[in-house]
Amino acid sequence: MITECALQSSRDGDKLCLTFLGSWTIHVTPCASPDIAQLFSQQAKTLCFNTEQLHEWDSRLLVELSRIAEFAASQSITIDDQGLPSGIRKLLHLTQKKTLIPPDDKYSESGILEEVGNHALGFFRQSIEMLAFTGEILLSYVRFFSGRTRFLKRDLTWFFYDCGPQALPIVALISFLVGFTLAFIGAVQLQMFGADIYVANLVGLTMTREMGPMMAAIIMAGRTGAAYAAQLGTMQVNEEIDALHTMGLNPLDFLVLPRMTALLVMMPLLAIFADFIGILGGFFIGCFSLDISPILYYEQTVQAIHINHFLVGIIKSIVFGYLVAFCGCIKGMHCGRSAGAVGQATTSAVVTAIVFIVITDAGFTFFFNLIGI
Amino acid sequence: MAKTTPNALIEVQDLTMAYGDFILQQNLTFNINKGSIFTIMGESGCGKSTLLRHLTGLKRPAAGNILFSDVDFWLSDEKTRVQLMQQSGVLYQSGALWSSMTIGENIALPLQQFTDLSAKLIDEIVGVKLALVGLKGFANYLPSAISGGMRKRAGLARAIALDPEILFFDEPSAGLDPISSKMLDDLILELRDSLGATIVMVTHELPSIFALADDSVFLDTETRTMLATGNPKTLARESDSIRVKQFLSRSISLPDELQE
Repeated sequence: MITECALQSSRDGDKLCLTFLGSWTIHVTPCASPDIAQLFSQQAKTLCFNTEQLHEWDSRLLVELSRIAEFAASQSITIDDQGLPSGIRKLLHLTQKKTLIPPDDKYSESGILEEVGNHALGFFRQSIEMLAFTGEILLSYVRFFSGRTRFLKRDLTWFFYDCGPQALPIVALISFLVGFTLAFIGAVQLQMFGADIYVANLVGLTMTREMGPMMAAIIMAGRTGAAYAAQLGTMQVNEEIDALHTMGLNPLDFLVLPRMTALLVMMPLLAIFADFIGILGGFFIGCFSLDISPILYYEQTVQAIHINHFLVGIIKSIVFGYLVAFCGCIKGMHCGRSAGAVGQATTSAVVTAIVFIVITDAGFTFFFNLIGI
Repeated sequence: MAKTTPNALIEVQDLTMAYGDFILQQNLTFNINKGSIFTIMGESGCGKSTLLRHLTGLKRPAAGNILFSDVDFWLSDEKTRVQLMQQSGVLYQSGALWSSMTIGENIALPLQQFTDLSAKLIDEIVGVKLALVGLKGFANYLPSAISGGMRKRAGLARAIALDPEILFFDEPSAGLDPISSKMLDDLILELRDSLGATIVMVTHELPSIFALADDSVFLDTETRTMLATGNPKTLARESDSIRVKQFLSRSISLPDELQE
């Protein structure tokens, strides 16, 4: 079997004849593309082909031929394609057929300045979008309280279940360990002053004011916020949201409202749950590692925590719930229409939610400190 | 296994397709001849696309054999299977172009992975393939930037990137206007004639079936098996099954003389 490919040329007056030898396929180790211009150096008027010794061919030959044809056209040499196999003759014609003209908005690499500018504009646009979305949600709640929204009660029940009972195990595990760790670290410091018993104050206050709401919110951002963004994003890709629109259902009322309501209601409950489990984690260390009597630890905790501390945590957690649902829903609703866009929306929903949570938390701490709660 | 039909490129023997316990189709036996355009016909939901998934090696048969030029696909080892799969190109219903790559990169990927061609030559091949499907100059566009019909053409260019022997089409004209659909049919015919490829397609577009197909199999939902095989033009005239005739003549009730 001949595996080499070769191109020979012979001249007969003003007629140039090209002979293809061997196998011209993409799987044969490629032979150097012959310099066509050199073959044409004489004043040839017509071009013919000889393929009697051509063993096999595929696109490799077609590429070579279209290059030759292009060159011949530029030199205004006429081509006689009788010597070619009929299949490739047809393909060659097909490549020369008129094609669609590409529109202008070509995908192109952008420079660093363009990139910076795009990001700045994108940030501005996103801020506007977020404000607009907040307004839309408010309007949606106005409709909700005046009884004019349409959504499925079943959806709402399901989201309540998903944000509440379903999230309990993971919230319990994380907050128990947080309380546990807090007590450990606090104990090492407080033991130096012989103030072991104040571990109860430390754990109780930190859990109710800070860690309970915060850990619950971060878990829910990763768990539920991401799910919201992915669900809504996929619906956007499948044109399901358009379908709601054209059916006269407001996607915001139908999709966003139940999700947001579920998180707004469930987040404070999860935070309270996290508070208790975290305190339990501290209690565990206090009793078994620091030898504080359980009764004493209990009494100390009850003394330390004022109802205000609880309220601070609950207020925070409602806002956190709003932020998680907001980020999940806005990223999902504004998702692009490809598989990659859904991934981006999900990532962005989680990252944005966590950033907002931490910033808001810092703001709250400052504010409550200022008014002295 | 002995060759039963001399011309057969793909032989399907007693195939049963199932999802878990649910049997979709059973006792399917037919041959696809080299160089033919073979259609898989049937009502929606009868298992046409599933049959295509079996033929392209994406789904394992519940029972029965699929032979490619006498090699049993599912009895072969992994390496042979990959080789067999490379000999076929598939055009998916919506193009299935990889959305993160440009059209050119989509077509170049198999060439880069499975051949030793230089980058320059690959670029040229991509250009020629795009010219073949009438999309010259679109190499640097992302799939999201072009229309559905163009995406289908680009998908076709990707399917023929490695010069496959067998081309599978899943509903090539679904979602296209009659003119684009006719243009695609013509393109398929021309590519078959010039590339010498065998074409297997799933479709229920009657004009495409009559314009292109020279062989076919008809799957039935109720009896869960094939009702007929052969040239659709002949089947439309001579089939003894009423359902096949109804399908091919696009009618719910047939004239009296046919109903006997």
